[in-house]
Amino acid sequence: MALLDIQNLVVEFQTASGPFRAVDGVSLHIDEREVLAIVGESGSGKSVSMLAVMGLLPWTATVTADRMTFNGRDLLKISPADRRKIIGKDIAMIFQEPIASLNPCFTVGFQIEEVLRFHMGMDKAQRRARAIELFKQVGIPDPADRLNSFPHQMSGGQCQRVMIAMAIACNPKLLIADEPTTALDVTIQKQILDLLVSLQAKYGMGLIMITHNMGVVAETADRVIVQYKGRKMEEADVLSLFESPKSNYTRALLSALPENAVGDRLPTVSDMLFEAAPSGAGA
Amino acid sequence: MTKVVEGKDIKRDYHVGGGLFRGARTVHAVKGVSFSVEKGKTLAIVGESGCGKSTLARIITLIDPATSGELFIDGNKVDIARDGLTKEMRRKVQIVFQNPYGSLNPRQKIGDVLGEPLLINTDKPAEERRDLAMKMLKKVGLGPEHYNRYPHMFSGGQRQRIAIARALMLNPSLLVLDEPVSALDLSVQAQVLNLLADLQDEFQLTYVFISHDLSVVRYIADDVMVMYFGEAVEYGPRDEVFSDPKHAYTKTLFAATPRADIASIKARLAKKKAA
Repeated sequence: MALLDIQNLVVEFQTASGPFRAVDGVSLHIDEREVLAIVGESGSGKSVSMLAVMGLLPWTATVTADRMTFNGRDLLKISPADRRKIIGKDIAMIFQEPIASLNPCFTVGFQIEEVLRFHMGMDKAQRRARAIELFKQVGIPDPADRLNSFPHQMSGGQCQRVMIAMAIACNPKLLIADEPTTALDVTIQKQILDLLVSLQAKYGMGLIMITHNMGVVAETADRVIVQYKGRKMEEADVLSLFESPKSNYTRALLSALPENAVGDRLPTVSDMLFEAAPSGAGA
Repeated sequence: MTKVVEGKDIKRDYHVGGGLFRGARTVHAVKGVSFSVEKGKTLAIVGESGCGKSTLARIITLIDPATSGELFIDGNKVDIARDGLTKEMRRKVQIVFQNPYGSLNPRQKIGDVLGEPLLINTDKPAEERRDLAMKMLKKVGLGPEHYNRYPHMFSGGQRQRIAIARALMLNPSLLVLDEPVSALDLSVQAQVLNLLADLQDEFQLTYVFISHDLSVVRYIADDVMVMYFGEAVEYGPRDEVFSDPKHAYTKTLFAATPRADIASIKARLAKKKAA
């Protein structure tokens, strides 16, 4: 049975100019020990569909789906109290802006220990020990000292490590990483990606990588979903996606990579795409 | 070929004032960098955040003076710390910033954004400024209907086009691009890079292109300079730097760049299976 199973997810936002459909009939599933990448440009609904899973969308959003289950539990009918027991424990999420996702008023140690207290019910000494252990795992030097740091005293890469430590604190079954390295330098990006993939393999988590960077997809994913304007354009395992993309949009996206440039101009997505209607493509 | 911009041993120190608990100290942001760019060519400066590449961009753009070293623009020595900045010099060098959301005044219409460089630096009448702005809008792929709109009505890619248009209003010979496509989606990035290439051909522009994305640099640059902690650790023609990186940091940088080719995916999957 799939760990997370979503069938025909639709998310609509109420706006001044009528309803706006951000996600339009997306189906996806992920198993344990699997890395799924969701690729698309901004506005393609890749983050929104995951926020719907987490229940983090604002009240203006309407979420409907034929099925949305996590580990056999129906996420559509779940009560807020039950959802809070799952979110942060069995499903954890890492966001794009590491410094902005931490609370600037509390030490990073306090913020990690808060997760452990809420979900695991550990006492003070256990929490401290576990927090130090987590910091060691994500490669933060001087863990005992760094627990007393505030987010502004750490670099972006360090803050992202703290976020990862917090996310894996309760041994989640599913980790959702929303553009985890977009705000970071390439050398740091490499370290963070390696860390995520090694933790995923070690704990057998399901990992969903949301990204717009094809390089990140190539380096991490087992299976890839390409989204465009709220719709799923293509789903394939990583090798066949790069080797023989089926939808026009994926082809366009791949040829817009600067390293694939032939001649002195890049083909743009709109050049290639709008000869064919985006809805009819592959998938 | 004529050298549009040349720097000799440029240094920049920042003095960080001491507080109650800490003494004053000096940060050496750029530690003696030399370079030159010929007309119509592109120099790319690569490095991670904090390596001094944006400081160098500010020096080349004549926003900040260098602490020591010599800067030549079109063969003339420029020292803004001593002589100040003339309108002629401002006309020659322009900059496009990274974040198109932050670099446009939200209360200014696009027409006024484009007209302002002319208003400040030239004495052209309003009618002529308007015509030039309209023409420039067309050059960067926008239309006359965008003249009276505000920045919030545009997407990120369109805004970056506007920022490029604004930089080109004074016919500069040198354009400094500080991470111009980092905030943009892949498909929009391709459009903006194409626009930059078109404009370079049309106006024989010289670019100093600052980026941390090696795949973009490989595509657009003629020469590449790799900066690390304020020093230029590698500097040379693009193909030479990419095929035979000499410095350890350059090698690290190349190794860290994600690869999207099929061979490396296969290698990764095979390794994963074995593990």
